[in-house]
Amino acid sequence: MFDDFKPEDVVWIILFLPLLAAAAIGLFTKRDGKFSAQLSISAVVLTFLVSCGVFLMFKQTVFDTKLVTATPLNWLHIGELKVDIGLRLDPLSLLMLLVVTGVGAMIHIYSYGYMKEDRCMGRYFGSLSVFMFSMLGIVLANNFVMMFIFWELVGVSSYLLIGFWYEKPSAADACKKAFITNRLGDFGFILGIILVWATLGSVNFDELQQRLLKAPEAWGGVAALAGFLIFCGAMGKSAQFPLHVWLPDAMEGPTPVSALIHAATMVAAGVYMLCRVFFLFGAHSNWPAPLAFLNGVTALDLIAWIGGFTALIAALMAVQQNDIKRILAYSTLSQLGYMVMAVGLTGPTAAMYHLTTHAFFKALLFLGAGSVIYGCHHEQDIWKMGGLNQKMKITWLTFLIGTLALCGVPPFSGFFSKDDILAQAAQHSALLFILATLVAFLTTFYMFRLVFVAFTGGARSEAAGHAHESPKVMVWPLVVLAVPSTLAGFWGIDRFIGRNFGGDHAATTSWLDQLFAPFNHSPLAALFGLLATIVGFSLAYTFYAKAENDPLPEKLGALSRAMRNRFYFDEIYEWLIAATHELVSRLAEFVDRWFIAGLGVRGAHGTTELIGRALRLAQSGNLQTYAFLFVAGLVVVIWFSLK
Amino acid sequence: MHLTPVGLEHYLMVSAVLFCLGALGVIMRRNLIVMYMSLELMLNAANLALVAFSRFNNSLNGQVMVFFIITVAAAEVAVGLALIVALYRKRQTAHVEDLTSMKL
Repeated sequence: MFDDFKPEDVVWIILFLPLLAAAAIGLFTKRDGKFSAQLSISAVVLTFLVSCGVFLMFKQTVFDTKLVTATPLNWLHIGELKVDIGLRLDPLSLLMLLVVTGVGAMIHIYSYGYMKEDRCMGRYFGSLSVFMFSMLGIVLANNFVMMFIFWELVGVSSYLLIGFWYEKPSAADACKKAFITNRLGDFGFILGIILVWATLGSVNFDELQQRLLKAPEAWGGVAALAGFLIFCGAMGKSAQFPLHVWLPDAMEGPTPVSALIHAATMVAAGVYMLCRVFFLFGAHSNWPAPLAFLNGVTALDLIAWIGGFTALIAALMAVQQNDIKRILAYSTLSQLGYMVMAVGLTGPTAAMYHLTTHAFFKALLFLGAGSVIYGCHHEQDIWKMGGLNQKMKITWLTFLIGTLALCGVPPFSGFFSKDDILAQAAQHSALLFILATLVAFLTTFYMFRLVFVAFTGGARSEAAGHAHESPKVMVWPLVVLAVPSTLAGFWGIDRFIGRNFGGDHAATTSWLDQLFAPFNHSPLAALFGLLATIVGFSLAYTFYAKAENDPLPEKLGALSRAMRNRFYFDEIYEWLIAATHELVSRLAEFVDRWFIAGLGVRGAHGTTELIGRALRLAQSGNLQTYAFLFVAGLVVVIWFSLK
Repeated sequence: MHLTPVGLEHYLMVSAVLFCLGALGVIMRRNLIVMYMSLELMLNAANLALVAFSRFNNSLNGQVMVFFIITVAAAEVAVGLALIVALYRKRQTAHVEDLTSMKL
């Protein structure tokens, strides 16, 4: 059976190693937390190593010819629908593979320290391994159906991990909220998949791309609608407005989970998916009749504006949060909005670039926050911290690196990717460029607010006074993640992904050239980005460098309250859902009372009883009546048969 | 005076009249014993028709059938009368109006 073994079939190992670990933990070793953790960690580290091997093996191939596919398994073949389980390697999936397994490995190791005291450690690591399996499935999927299956699996594992501390009601609620909100988006996603299949006749990415290249008119009039429906999937998974509400609540899970799933990888799956099927989006702006008011707007326009809007509101909300994890959660939302906006502005390369750098520095920030929480004895309010730069030196330095990268300070990685997005915006839409610059300003402002309040000054509570540096197993991942957060801008990631979208081979330039490339390429974007960062930093410094409590609520009044309360989205949704629920239940009650119970149940039994009562009169018990009826019947029969 | 020869029709007429009398007896008479006799009358009306058919069609099948009917009827009378006697002993009556316990 190994005669036709191809080197690319090695990729199957990457997919199935985490599943193997998850199965082993779930079936046998769940009770032994330590051993399960070691099993899961070795699986993910091995996966990372194999991924590196695969990357080196196929880097040049995909850079030149763009596509390698591991031997697909023929899974489903019904009529015209043909679904394979196949693994696809191109620059996009190779890069994402490294990000997911690399960041994942760091976070697995970090969790070993963070979760040491938890008695359900086995369950935790089992769920992490399930997550790795499903995420890798999304990354490697070569068709829509397979991607959707793993997409849902990711949703399930996210549910398991958010609700890991299910004894806490808030965590139990949060995991339900996350799952249901995601399902709403997935509903659109699967409709989109069905629409694509019905129109173009395939679910395989490569085939779809070939067909559209050959006959772009095959779309008919549904291109924009299909694009938007598929975006709905990303809207749920990447937490874009109006389905963004689940992500901040998802912070109820353990902090490493927030880092892995709700910052670095899973929420990026939506952006990844958009980039993966970017060829489906085109300049089609015809909508079906019921949506005719959207004529003239392409799916990409909608995506760009939704992304931009999410980035802005999330950044505003982050400004007035006090929970260290929630600030980071809103920051994630805002950065995801950036990426989605970049996709909408026809810049998938910029989006993937930012996704990659963001995965590094946001994982770093979350793990740093986890270390802070661990050090402060599970205190999460930044106003009860302070002065941590003295007590947690490594955490402080790495957190600072992450912050600088997120704010886009050169030469940290975030600068380059953010600049790509700003340049993309500057090129296509002035309004979105202004919006993006504003978001960049807000990002710097809230991040340095967090840094100043939590790390500098004096300790504001006893817990912060007794803070201590975290154990080595938690500190080392921070240091390791700080390296790509700093340097990823010089690795040519954008050129590598650019090959996926028809970019050219630019020759590798020197580090210095790369540092100044943004200023040569799009000076406007680079300068405005820097300016926003400087303004944000100085404002944050003025307000918070010496602050004992937050000066903004007094200055902004109602606006600040609205920001703190997340612009009342949760309340609006709650009211909307309650109203809809009331309406539907009243209708259902009416139908049930009058049609089902009234006509159906009582009608049937009433009619039967009435007929029964009437027929009972004929039962006299008198032999002669029966005999008479019998003879009479006989006479009638004879009469009819003789007639 | 010219008498028409007795034919099949005449026998069948008599048989029909006897059958109707029997049926009327079953429906109208109240006493179980009399009803039972009327039933026998109906059977014998049928026998008469069968014998007549047998005679006029030159076939013995009908008569064979009649022998069977007589045999079975004799057995049935034995059982039926026994039932009536048993019923009478239990209820002290043989009138059908009093025997309506079969109804609900």
